[in-house]
Amino acid sequence: MNMFAEAWGRVKAILGVKSGPGIGRDQALVPASSIAGRALVTVVAIMTFLASLAAGAAILIGDASSAWQDQVAREMTIQIRPTAGRDIEADSAKAAQLAEKTPGVAAARAYTKDQSEALLQPWLGAGLDLSELPVPRLITVSLTPKTRLDATALRRTLAAAIPGASLDDHRLWLERLAVMARTVVAGAAVIFALVLVAMVLAVAFATRGAMAGNREIIEILHYVGAADAYISRQFQRRFFRLGLRGGAIGAGAAIISFLALSTVSSWWRATPSGEQVDVMFGDFNLSPNVYAAIILIAAAVAILTGYVSRTIVFRHLRDLT
Amino acid sequence: MVRFENVGLRYGMGTEILKDISFAIEPQSFQFLTGPSGAGKTTLLRLILLSLRPTRGLISLFGRDALSLDKAAITDLRRRIGVVFQDFRLLDHLTTYENVALPLRVRGKEEASYRAEVTELLRWVGLGDRMHILPPVLSGGEKQRAVIARALIVRPALLLADEPTGNVDPSLARRLLRLFTELHKSGTSVVIATHDLALMDQFDGARRLVLGDGRLHIFD
Repeated sequence: MNMFAEAWGRVKAILGVKSGPGIGRDQALVPASSIAGRALVTVVAIMTFLASLAAGAAILIGDASSAWQDQVAREMTIQIRPTAGRDIEADSAKAAQLAEKTPGVAAARAYTKDQSEALLQPWLGAGLDLSELPVPRLITVSLTPKTRLDATALRRTLAAAIPGASLDDHRLWLERLAVMARTVVAGAAVIFALVLVAMVLAVAFATRGAMAGNREIIEILHYVGAADAYISRQFQRRFFRLGLRGGAIGAGAAIISFLALSTVSSWWRATPSGEQVDVMFGDFNLSPNVYAAIILIAAAVAILTGYVSRTIVFRHLRDLT
Repeated sequence: MVRFENVGLRYGMGTEILKDISFAIEPQSFQFLTGPSGAGKTTLLRLILLSLRPTRGLISLFGRDALSLDKAAITDLRRRIGVVFQDFRLLDHLTTYENVALPLRVRGKEEASYRAEVTELLRWVGLGDRMHILPPVLSGGEKQRAVIARALIVRPALLLADEPTGNVDPSLARRLLRLFTELHKSGTSVVIATHDLALMDQFDGARRLVLGDGRLHIFD
């Protein structure tokens, strides 16, 4: 119980909650006016905003990439190239049959001649007679989510039964997608880290400035018997509050930005460009993870601000002779 | 309680401003530290307070070698010393009450535990109706009394007062001296740095430590 009361006392001291009626106002020993508070709050808010955007973008791209990879990994394509002396229609049907019998395959759908030719329209244009062209046939193979398909065995079976058949498991695409997603996420992580480093440096400069401005107060506190840890806590308390305010403003702005982006993307969804964005990023409905991450960043920024200032003050006092 | 042996102090490569200072302050003793302006009275008090390190000699505080102490131990020793600064050193953003309560606050005490004591002491030094006033509004004499109250609130074993009557009228100076003598009677050792001869004459039994030309002369 005592431990709880002590811990609560420390929390109240940091947050500036006054305990019961008293003559003293629990006035901070480091005066607010002695710290470039407004400038620091602004810097912390901007840094929190940028860090939140970087983290949100990383989560968004990561989620979208997982969705793409899931989608692509759930399908394979069998391609039947026209071979002299063979009936491509029969080969397509046989390939679909063989695929459907394979464990892990949910369905196999063979594209008809017309459907296959339609796939070429975006490149060759409409109204052409493609009957003379050796257009390959495609069979899309949908996989069951849980059972793992033995692609090598299916490839071997197809090659033995149908000359000119090949199986594309989209591995190349998957690898490229994964590399791209990892690169984007790593880029966001680097930006996030740089923003945090810049913020720590800003807090360090502000703390040093505050210490220089409060040299006399520190001296008086020493004379009246304050320990270094106590003086450091005073600075930590003041900077924690500034960090909390800056973090809340930055995080609030980031959440509003993401909500606005989500709303705008929902307006665009019906347009062709909106569909493209949908394909790239899903439906832009940010997962709760993004909002949780932003709130976490704001809290971490406040704690980091307090911790950095306390550490710098403590080191400075320790080095004083 | 305090022992100086052949203590010397110089700033940088300059000449020594304090030379071969040797003296002791015994428990429950009362002494004036005097000498002309610039003789080094404040510097000597700062040496006792360990806010300056001597360039040579030995300083012992409360039986401990003061020059080999770590910061935590220095803080512990300072908590047994009350200081009255010549230039007050009040925190301008804290009220008189908060300034006087500061030594207790930095020791981590809850306000409820010292509220009555601080209020009583403020009344005793005549600042009962100035408790909620910020120092810039106080007169010189009121500031001086607030600083004295801040030094006394922890009932120090040793009180160092630097020109405590320098900013007050003779009548208040006499009252303040009575305050110091009462404190001395209650067991505190008192060192008052002053060049006010009239003040010293009011307390015949006090030892006089006279600083001149960087050297200390003791008149018991």
